[in-house]
Amino acid sequence: MKTLTKDYPLQLSGDDSPIVRFQNVTKRYGELVVLDALDLDVAEGEMVTIIGPSGSGKTTVLRMLMALEKIDDGVIYVNGEPMTHMEKNGALVRASKKHLRQQRTNIGMCFQHFNLFPHMTALENCIEAPIQVLGLSKKEACQRAEELLDMVGMLEKCHEHPARLSGGQKQRVAIARSLAMRPKVMLFDEVTSALDPEVIGEVTQVIRKLVAKHNLTMLMVTHQMGFAKEISDRVCFFFDGKIEEQGSSSQLFDNPQKERTQQFLSAVLEAG
Amino acid sequence: MSYVEFLTEFGPRLVDGTITTAQQTILAAAVAILIAVAAGLMRLSHNRLIYGAATVYIEIFRGTSLLVQLYWIFFVLPLFGLTLDKFTAGFMAVGMNLGAYGAELVRGGILSVPKGQWEAALALNMSPAKRMIRIIFPQAILNMLPPWGNLLIELLKGTALVALISVTDLMFEAKQINGSTFLSAQVFGTALIIYYLMARCLITPFMRWLERIMARKLGRI
Repeated sequence: MKTLTKDYPLQLSGDDSPIVRFQNVTKRYGELVVLDALDLDVAEGEMVTIIGPSGSGKTTVLRMLMALEKIDDGVIYVNGEPMTHMEKNGALVRASKKHLRQQRTNIGMCFQHFNLFPHMTALENCIEAPIQVLGLSKKEACQRAEELLDMVGMLEKCHEHPARLSGGQKQRVAIARSLAMRPKVMLFDEVTSALDPEVIGEVTQVIRKLVAKHNLTMLMVTHQMGFAKEISDRVCFFFDGKIEEQGSSSQLFDNPQKERTQQFLSAVLEAG
Repeated sequence: MSYVEFLTEFGPRLVDGTITTAQQTILAAAVAILIAVAAGLMRLSHNRLIYGAATVYIEIFRGTSLLVQLYWIFFVLPLFGLTLDKFTAGFMAVGMNLGAYGAELVRGGILSVPKGQWEAALALNMSPAKRMIRIIFPQAILNMLPPWGNLLIELLKGTALVALISVTDLMFEAKQINGSTFLSAQVFGTALIIYYLMARCLITPFMRWLERIMARKLGRI
């Protein structure tokens, strides 16, 4: 990839600089453009929810930010530093693996299908990366993990393997596992979509708690419109790899301006 | 000569041969596992040279006869200055051959671990080596144990060929006894049963036991 010299700052500075910035980010799978020159800023402590029809690029936004996949164009900044790129001789070049690993420490992610490690207990899931990646002692890691498992209400089951936990319980452990890495930005990728309706509440309750008590920046992709409306500082409606409309949750849900937003919301609300 | 008399007279030699066969099997299995893990991981590499080297190895050892490989290692390598004693040549040949088959089992087992596990490990910022050792491989082992049970039985039977380079294994003893007594039915019948019992009563239960242990570690029991 060519070096980027123009238009992309080497760093974001200033008090009001966002903790996450997508600048002109494009992602293609072959011919298919999944993200189309996306610009998106997220302020520190902000809770941003991404909604939209399937295939609109919602999940891709999170996957790019977690650096699970490479972007094709543009730059993502995290905490003021370019994440997908790094500075070399006064210009931005594609990030090395080392740079990506360093930048990933800022981000935590929870998945639709939990992806807990099945060969480890809930507690072991939560101490694995803090010990192996952050170099914590087992004692420190256990203490941190137990606090978090307690916060998500899973301390009693901390010695169970994931196979013996319900979906809601697994997702709560997965949230604790991500938080154990002390990320600055948390990503929730449809974390309630694979859950039975009666256990969705235990997971959304944990997220509510995070919003209320911690100054954590969060990006959430969800189909739970009620929850999104209640909890978000800002809602972005995605369509065809672009932000079609965004605004505060009351603006977007109660008074959508664009026709596509109106269509989407009425279709979703009709389905219940 | 009754069968009991036959066993009394030749039993000890058959037991000696069986012990050698067991030693050959264990050593060949160790070689096969090491090679299979190494070549299986190399086949997952994005580096063409590493991938290519493993592919060439697998193609050669899977695509040609074990007996010919055995003769190569024992009779031809000395011409290039590498001389192995017959016992070592025997288990090395069998291990290298079955390791080539095992490599594909290792590769398949690793690829069968769901993509979400790789992504979760990546999202937790684990290094590629730690991710493989701590997260992916332990899960892959459970997936590949049943086919490995097959492969180890195949390996046990493959060790019979080492008799042809005069390793004094079960098959070698059986041939010797047959040559001097012509009691073909008794001697080869007994060898057949011993091979079968080794597979059925040792390897299969051992693999089942391993599967149970691994399944318990995965919390599936």
